[in-house]
Amino acid sequence: MAVANEETVLSRRFEKVNTVLEKYGRNPLNLIQVLQEVQAEYRYLPEEILTYVATALGISPSFVYGVATFYAQFSLEPKGKHIIRVCDGTACHVRGSMKVLEVVREQLGLRGEDITTPDLLFTVETVACIGACALAPALMVDEEVYGQMDQEKIENLIEEMIEKEKGGDQ
Amino acid sequence: MNNRVHEKKALTIDGQEVALQNEKNILEVAKRVKVDIPTFCYHSELSVYGACRMCLVEVEGRGLMPACSTPPEAGMVIRTNSPRILRARKMNLELYLANHNRDCTTCERNLNCRLQEMSSRMGVDEVRFGEREHMVPQDRSNYSLVRDPNKCILCGDCVRTCQEIEGIGIYDFSRRGSRALAEPAFGKDLSEVECVFCGQCSLRCPTAAIVVRSEVEEAWEKVLDPEKFVVAQIAPAVRVAVGEAFNLPPGEITTGKIVAALKKIGFDRVYDTSVSADLTTLEESEEFFRRLTGKGGPLPHFTSCCPSWVLYAERNYPFYLKNLSSARSPQQMFGSVIKNFVTQLEDVPPEKIVSISIMPCTSKKFEARRPEFYQDERADVDIVMTAQEIIKMIKQANVDFRELDPIPFDVPLGLGTGAGVLYGVTGGVTEAVLRYAHEKLTGEKLTEVEFSAVRGEKYLREAEVEIAGRKVRVAVVFGLANVQQLIKEIREGKRTYDFVEVMNCPQGCIGGGGMPLAYPDREEIMKRRAHGLYSADRLSSLRKAQDNPAMKLLYEKWLQEPNSDIAERFLHTGYRSRKRITDEVIRIQEAKESQKVDIAVCVGTSCYLKGSYSILQGLLELAREHGVEDRVSIGATFCLERCAEGPNIRINEDIVTGVEEHNLREIFEKAVMSKLASV
Amino acid sequence: MPFTTKAALESHIEQLKKRPQGSRIFVCCGLGCLAKNSRKVYERFVELVKEGHFQVQVDTLEEERSNPAPTGCMGLCEAGPLVMIEPQGILYLRVKPEDAEKIMERTLGKGEVIEDLVYTENRGEEVQRWPLMKDVPFYRKQEKIVLRNCGCIDPESLDEYLEQDGYLALAQAVTGMTPDEVIGMITKSGLRGRGGGGFPTGRKWQFARVVKSDRKYVICNADEGDPGAFMDRSVAEGDPHSVLEGIALAGYAIGAREGYIYVRAEYPLAVRRLKKAIQDAQDAGFLGTHIMGSGFSFDVKVKEGAGAFVCGEETALIASIEGKRGMPNPRPPFPAHRGLFGKPTIINNVETLANVPAIIHRGAEWFRGFGTLNSPGTKTFALSGRIENTGLAEVPMGITLRELVFEVGGGIQGGKQFKAVQIGGPSGGCLTEQHLDLTVDYDSLCSAGAIMGSGGLVVLDVDTCIVELARFFMSFTQDESCGKCVPCREGTKHMLKILQNIVDGRSKLDEMALLEEAAQVVKDASLCGLGKTAPNPVLTTLQYFKDEYIAHVLDKVCPAHVCVSMKEYLIDPEKCKACGKCARVCPVDCIAGRPKVPYVIDQEKCIKCGSCFEVCPFDAVMVDWRKRSDEQQSA
Repeated sequence: MAVANEETVLSRRFEKVNTVLEKYGRNPLNLIQVLQEVQAEYRYLPEEILTYVATALGISPSFVYGVATFYAQFSLEPKGKHIIRVCDGTACHVRGSMKVLEVVREQLGLRGEDITTPDLLFTVETVACIGACALAPALMVDEEVYGQMDQEKIENLIEEMIEKEKGGDQ
Repeated sequence: MNNRVHEKKALTIDGQEVALQNEKNILEVAKRVKVDIPTFCYHSELSVYGACRMCLVEVEGRGLMPACSTPPEAGMVIRTNSPRILRARKMNLELYLANHNRDCTTCERNLNCRLQEMSSRMGVDEVRFGEREHMVPQDRSNYSLVRDPNKCILCGDCVRTCQEIEGIGIYDFSRRGSRALAEPAFGKDLSEVECVFCGQCSLRCPTAAIVVRSEVEEAWEKVLDPEKFVVAQIAPAVRVAVGEAFNLPPGEITTGKIVAALKKIGFDRVYDTSVSADLTTLEESEEFFRRLTGKGGPLPHFTSCCPSWVLYAERNYPFYLKNLSSARSPQQMFGSVIKNFVTQLEDVPPEKIVSISIMPCTSKKFEARRPEFYQDERADVDIVMTAQEIIKMIKQANVDFRELDPIPFDVPLGLGTGAGVLYGVTGGVTEAVLRYAHEKLTGEKLTEVEFSAVRGEKYLREAEVEIAGRKVRVAVVFGLANVQQLIKEIREGKRTYDFVEVMNCPQGCIGGGGMPLAYPDREEIMKRRAHGLYSADRLSSLRKAQDNPAMKLLYEKWLQEPNSDIAERFLHTGYRSRKRITDEVIRIQEAKESQKVDIAVCVGTSCYLKGSYSILQGLLELAREHGVEDRVSIGATFCLERCAEGPNIRINEDIVTGVEEHNLREIFEKAVMSKLASV
Repeated sequence: MPFTTKAALESHIEQLKKRPQGSRIFVCCGLGCLAKNSRKVYERFVELVKEGHFQVQVDTLEEERSNPAPTGCMGLCEAGPLVMIEPQGILYLRVKPEDAEKIMERTLGKGEVIEDLVYTENRGEEVQRWPLMKDVPFYRKQEKIVLRNCGCIDPESLDEYLEQDGYLALAQAVTGMTPDEVIGMITKSGLRGRGGGGFPTGRKWQFARVVKSDRKYVICNADEGDPGAFMDRSVAEGDPHSVLEGIALAGYAIGAREGYIYVRAEYPLAVRRLKKAIQDAQDAGFLGTHIMGSGFSFDVKVKEGAGAFVCGEETALIASIEGKRGMPNPRPPFPAHRGLFGKPTIINNVETLANVPAIIHRGAEWFRGFGTLNSPGTKTFALSGRIENTGLAEVPMGITLRELVFEVGGGIQGGKQFKAVQIGGPSGGCLTEQHLDLTVDYDSLCSAGAIMGSGGLVVLDVDTCIVELARFFMSFTQDESCGKCVPCREGTKHMLKILQNIVDGRSKLDEMALLEEAAQVVKDASLCGLGKTAPNPVLTTLQYFKDEYIAHVLDKVCPAHVCVSMKEYLIDPEKCKACGKCARVCPVDCIAGRPKVPYVIDQEKCIKCGSCFEVCPFDAVMVDWRKRSDEQQSA
């Protein structure tokens, strides 16, 4: 079953790319929006899709690659289903955001340069201020903001998320 | 703005009052009064980028401003060398050097590097920020150019050159901050992207981040091998530029000195590529006449002596490949002459003869390695050396170039006509063809041989020439960006031509990627090189290809007549569509069973525009409808190299062309279902 | 029901104002409160109202106004979730869902104040309570122009914006003023750009106005990148129509037909609210063709940024809207001459534009009644760091730093000692005790080496290491540098390296001199604002806290006890019982000892992980922050 799902996902995603290209009138001025929506579909920007986007927009692949690697939002590596963004804005930094990052990574068992868990469930990154300075130190899970994080809160939050993911599979 | 109120429009540079003459920026004003403001990223023929921060000047009341992007205004008081500026420039250089692989003494560009020169000029005596930390591998993936990211200073000259002059955009910046690079898409090698190897980027690169791939070692080895009979051909443009490296003025014709130097080095024969240019003129003109009279291929006739243009056309203009002249380029014609005729002439067996061409061009290195220019696994041209490389070789040979007594080319293939020499500058091929066409078609002797309409510096020149009662419309264009625009307009019916001469490099071969770096005053040097070639033509006793006695010899002894079968075999070639993007497949549906059929739908530009996406959709539906989703893999691929016949798909190993919505079902049932039945 | 005349709008507003003004519950759903669960509080109120079995006056539950109303940020984020009850203006802090019932019953039902939930100050024996919002010390010194509607209207309701005289300024302008008059009024008001440099807004508009072009553009910069500021987010989320009205007015003034809002993708709620507001404004005829029956047509699009601080720089922002890498271009040409798609363009940030409708509606003189002569009006600050009242405050220009930090901000957390404020984010500087009586306006901040910036204000106490903070900002800017010009690309990298060496205790004095020299050149020679201001945090801290740098460099001491490299773990031989626990947990095997002999830590190998400190059952492992410099030198 899981495999069949994967198949429909592949063709649906590619269909989505084409819908997005049409939606933006195949206009290179909308490249960033196109990439944002493509990434929402694939969770990252695969090289061949970027090449395809370049072909469809009539621009050079190097230009598309340049844009895709410029903005922090884009990733050329597969990302996890959930993105945990630890805020490292000034306010969070002075209130210990690096410790938060450390605890989050430890909880998810991330080592070295890794930012994504091997099961592709979680990606952990830092972000330059999410505008929740009053709640420092803060982090964001997907679109949800969590403030005034401490070791215990982080542990609970991550445990909860892992539980939820495992529950969802069965 | 409203400068009319000022009686005198002037500003002050370093205390000197300078009247303004509509210059676009302070740098140009300074240049006119011989104040040489340093810069890496300013080139008058490219857009202003403003990044290298070397051209900072102090404008009274405004602080430090970049001279390249600041328009001059009346009344400005400018200093180009205050302590504040000097401090900034020096530290900028220190910062550049800290990130630059400083193996200067063994560098390809040693003593020919603008970063090195600038550091010396600004008195940088230490680099306090340490050394570059990580070295990354060089890109030596192709025959023409070597890229070394460890030497890149991110001035963006290559990026803008490739985008603005060539209209291709191989390079762009990637990433940001101190991790930023100027590189091809996805960090690929040049051989994996749409590079046409013209080397324009390397000409503008201020360091050795992009250099010509040297074949000097290989050349020495052959020349010094007593078993080998080494034959050189020298392209027209080379003779007006080699002198630059030996402190002779740009444009000075040094043909005789080059021949003398090569003889000293040990070349057995030294011939003139102008001779094979004459051969090209004859072959190409005859081909053109057939097109003109409806007996040959379609019009417009495009010239094909520029290998970068040919490669570009093969990738992008599948519909024009029949319009491309089948005549080989002068280099390849001479290669063929050497390997097939000189062998007889000199009675040397083919395996002993080594053919070395000396070219203004990096792309010629690529051209010589095209498989169609090999016979029995032996290349027609064994080694291609650029002007830059032959200069090195001459220096290594301890030859005092300036003092050499000129000697003539070897006979009988050493005497080219003025028409052949003109191949080195844009418009030259056209002029040579016109000189031939006029006499050939009218039977009258041509007395006024110079066609000024096709001369000049403009990137596009057009002329209408009446030959034998027929108006022939010709165009001369250079720079692939300009070519793209021109072809677009031809396709849209806005322009009509019979004959189009296309050259990749600005001003043609005299601006070739293998020529000495035209620095510091590129414009002036180019002018002088062009002038050099025009005077060489004027000084020639023979100025028309058809008057060349070597032609008579070649046709009588070997080739019979232009476009004869034997000439077709040895002097002509063919073209094919080529992919622009190396293999990448987008997986769309994956078969789960092992007995399956693989379908790849081409989504390269040509097929994409012809609607390959709807074909993809159709295939997915058909697979579903026939209940064979589990046995059919469907993907999208970027080019099947049959662009003219597209949209194309590949079913297992077979390419099916001309796939459209209306015949898709039939194709699917025949080709896919039958294959499934048989596995 | 698009409004086609000014009169129609005015009569609609009049009707709105006539609506019965009963009790109303406002629940702050600004980001700060949301993260503290205010959504649940809001939902609980909704449930209770739906159930309707409370003794609450019927007229408070009318249908055309949402009640309870979710609002944008009320400012005092520290004490969220916040709930405000109108008409009294009672402010409740730290409200939990289970408090909702109580509030409805007692405050709405009986008009009582719930003392436990109001702002309380303990002054020794005396307990002071401030039930009304306007009396709370945090709000007392504030003047709300930009945040005039934030926290007291439902941001998703157009009518509520209109009720506050919304879009009247636009109606006034397009039906009764020439573009030059609009510019004249803005010029006269003295409004200066709130995003950074403080360039006079009227002048900027005038530049674009006089250029002849078939197309012009207005861009609203909502890409708030300063890692410590969130006012633009709050305004866009809490009062999106004021931003739209400001953009439309700017468009009218310069002769543009199109506007863009460039907003950070990290602000999804702001994106949603702005998009909804645009739709509503189009439906009501405030955007579109022939606005209010005039000849003025204007539309606004939202473009989401993709994460690049440098896009706050005008030319980079333009490149980004055009779908390119956000790399700045040299100016001139200025955007007012050649901007978006090569056309004249003005770029203003959210806060600047939110001021505009108020100025047009109430006049330049009124605006000049706030602030100082050269910096009229107010400035919104995001107060954060080691301060009691973290949150969003809008204060008149000319207020002193002391008032801002100690009165509005409530002083230092935990009553610790004040050390510095960092103002203006990564482009700004650190100001010290000696600057506390400095007035907050463009010119005085600039003269002290800081900048107003977008208004991030981070308060630092004695536990903050100033060198580490400078390193933090440098790592931010070097990460956000676009990489185009060498001073910024390479200069910030090497400055960061030196700062890292300093906090790691590996630096020497001559490196400090090099740091300063590099900072000067990066400031002087960089292409854009990012590079030109990147050295500010370093330069100001070098100026005001040189001793702290020298302590790190020469003595290898971190006075704030922050830099881990300056820390030493030592074993007290008196207390050590030689149990060996510490040696077993040490990840680098740098603790050695034998039975009955006190253990010793090899300082060369120690990575200061603190594991030994944590496991020692006898508290024999001690932290020592004072390495003796002479020992250091001889070693």
